[in-house]
Amino acid sequence: MTSPVLSIRDLSVEIPTRAGVVKPVDGVSYDIARGEILGVVGESGAGKSMAGNAVIGLLNPPAHISGGEIHLNGHRIDHLTGEDMRRVRGKHIGMVFQDPLTSLNPLLTIGDQITETILTHLPIDRREAEARAVAALEEVGIPGAAERIDSYPHEFSGGMRQRVVIALALCAEPSLVIADEPTTALDVSVQAQIIALLKRLCREKGTAVMLITHDMGVIAEAADRVAVMYAGRLAELGPVRDVLLRPEHPYTHGLMASTPLASQGRKRLHQIPGSMPRLTAMPEGCAFHPRCPHAQAKCRAAPWPRIEQDRAACWFPLMAEAAE
Amino acid sequence: MENMSVEKTVEVAERGNWTRFRESDFFYAFKRSPVAMASFAVVCLLVLSAVFAPLIAPTNPFDPASLNLMNGFTPPMEPNAFTRDSFLLGTDDQGRDVFSTILYGMRISLFVGAAAVLFAMVLGIVLGLVSGYFGGWTETIIMRVADVQLTFPSILVAMLIFGVAKGFTPVEYRDQMAIWVLILAIGLSDWVQFARVVRGATLVEKSKDYVAAARLIGRTPWAIMLKHILPNVLSPVLVIATISLALAIIAEATLSFLGVGAPPTQPSLGTLIRIGQGFLFSGEWWILFFPACTLLALALSVNLLGDWLRDALNPRLR
Repeated sequence: MTSPVLSIRDLSVEIPTRAGVVKPVDGVSYDIARGEILGVVGESGAGKSMAGNAVIGLLNPPAHISGGEIHLNGHRIDHLTGEDMRRVRGKHIGMVFQDPLTSLNPLLTIGDQITETILTHLPIDRREAEARAVAALEEVGIPGAAERIDSYPHEFSGGMRQRVVIALALCAEPSLVIADEPTTALDVSVQAQIIALLKRLCREKGTAVMLITHDMGVIAEAADRVAVMYAGRLAELGPVRDVLLRPEHPYTHGLMASTPLASQGRKRLHQIPGSMPRLTAMPEGCAFHPRCPHAQAKCRAAPWPRIEQDRAACWFPLMAEAAE
Repeated sequence: MENMSVEKTVEVAERGNWTRFRESDFFYAFKRSPVAMASFAVVCLLVLSAVFAPLIAPTNPFDPASLNLMNGFTPPMEPNAFTRDSFLLGTDDQGRDVFSTILYGMRISLFVGAAAVLFAMVLGIVLGLVSGYFGGWTETIIMRVADVQLTFPSILVAMLIFGVAKGFTPVEYRDQMAIWVLILAIGLSDWVQFARVVRGATLVEKSKDYVAAARLIGRTPWAIMLKHILPNVLSPVLVIATISLALAIIAEATLSFLGVGAPPTQPSLGTLIRIGQGFLFSGEWWILFFPACTLLALALSVNLLGDWLRDALNPRLR
């Protein structure tokens, strides 16, 4: 058993606001191993991206890490500042953003952008870096990479641009890639290609991936393990097959039931009643209890259970009977 | 199939930047606008004749040896009553050829205008980028200073700076330093608009993912501001710079007209107008008229060019 690439322990993020301090991420813990893809799912505002930003140190003030530890390759990185953080996160973490339209600088050629990234982190000269940039573009399946290297982002389609962004994220050979909704802005037909590409490259290079998305289909397709987040907390964490097919947390179950399936025919889609609590008005006890069909007195009184050995953060986890 | 695309790319590379410019939308819009072409031609003509003034001007108005006081007040295109010398645009009270003084005066006007705009632009861009990118206290202080400055008429600010700076220069250097003090004064009174526009555009660009990506790979804030954000906010700056150039030339002329600008030993167009204004009602109209016309042509054509540039670079007006 090798140590995980990324290890998050009890991570909390706080934002002081007029209405008091809110915690968009509250006591989240998970590991990602070499070559593993961890899917992070949840509704909008569940803290998925916020947790990712905390890892790469790009939280926008006044948001800040208020507790817990982040370890990357065994080194603690959450307390690093300025110069050290810049060196670490750039070299060891790559990032794929949601919108390929804005994640490339429109005024620099893609070759310049990839070369810049390589030169910042690897001790090689310009010529070599350019050769590597071409190789990186070939790897992500850009046809005629040697010629396209001098093209500007607007000369590419959305899917191709996202391939360039993936090349950019992987070119400095990071040990962790954070993909924040990498397929949301793309056509459905291109989504599968991009996911397959990300999956193949990370497997080949042994890169750990944090795949942040709200698309259950993408998770089912790509992830090895899945972390379900709700209201800034971890609701369920486990192997993808188990979590998707036999959810233990009522929230995960609700999520799965609201995912349209071709096999179900034209049935009315399930909804989870209500909406996620506002961060300024978190309910006592389990954050999900106002919407939970199985809520009991203990859910209202006792604090949110932490995931230790169990898979789900629930006092009364659903058993296998809930499947289908 | 693959060969074809390779050949095409090579062809594109060989055609070079000039061809690319000639085939651009920008050049197309330029060719379609008579106003833009005409004002561009006037600007070119005036700038070139200012640059090559020593070659074009019949006399050097700054060389006392070439002047003949007997030539004073010669009307345009008429031979002088005593010397029979004839001057295209006449002469002033000292017998200086008005055409030559205009050419040399335009040099100073253009130099002061361009240098002041450059100064204002660099200052405004740096302060705008810094306040947009860092935000917080830095932004508050810079933008509040800008707001306060905007409440004063810029000519007043320029006069104030000019007066203070003049007080600090030793008397014997005052005439030499006057030009530089003028540049400082006009530049400092004009940086605010650059800073405001750059700050606004920086706020927009800063939130885009490519900036986050650059931060992620570990570029320093300065590298991000200069290499990634600055090129993306430059097109509004270009428009303001052009319009500011016209305003700076007028500001310089105004200051010189009021007697706080370029000294009579290095007369700019404004100084010439001030000198000529004294003779207007005694019948020697040409000493005022021709420098004023030149100033008008210069400011108007630069302004029209700036207006056109603003429309041409605005994607919403295409």
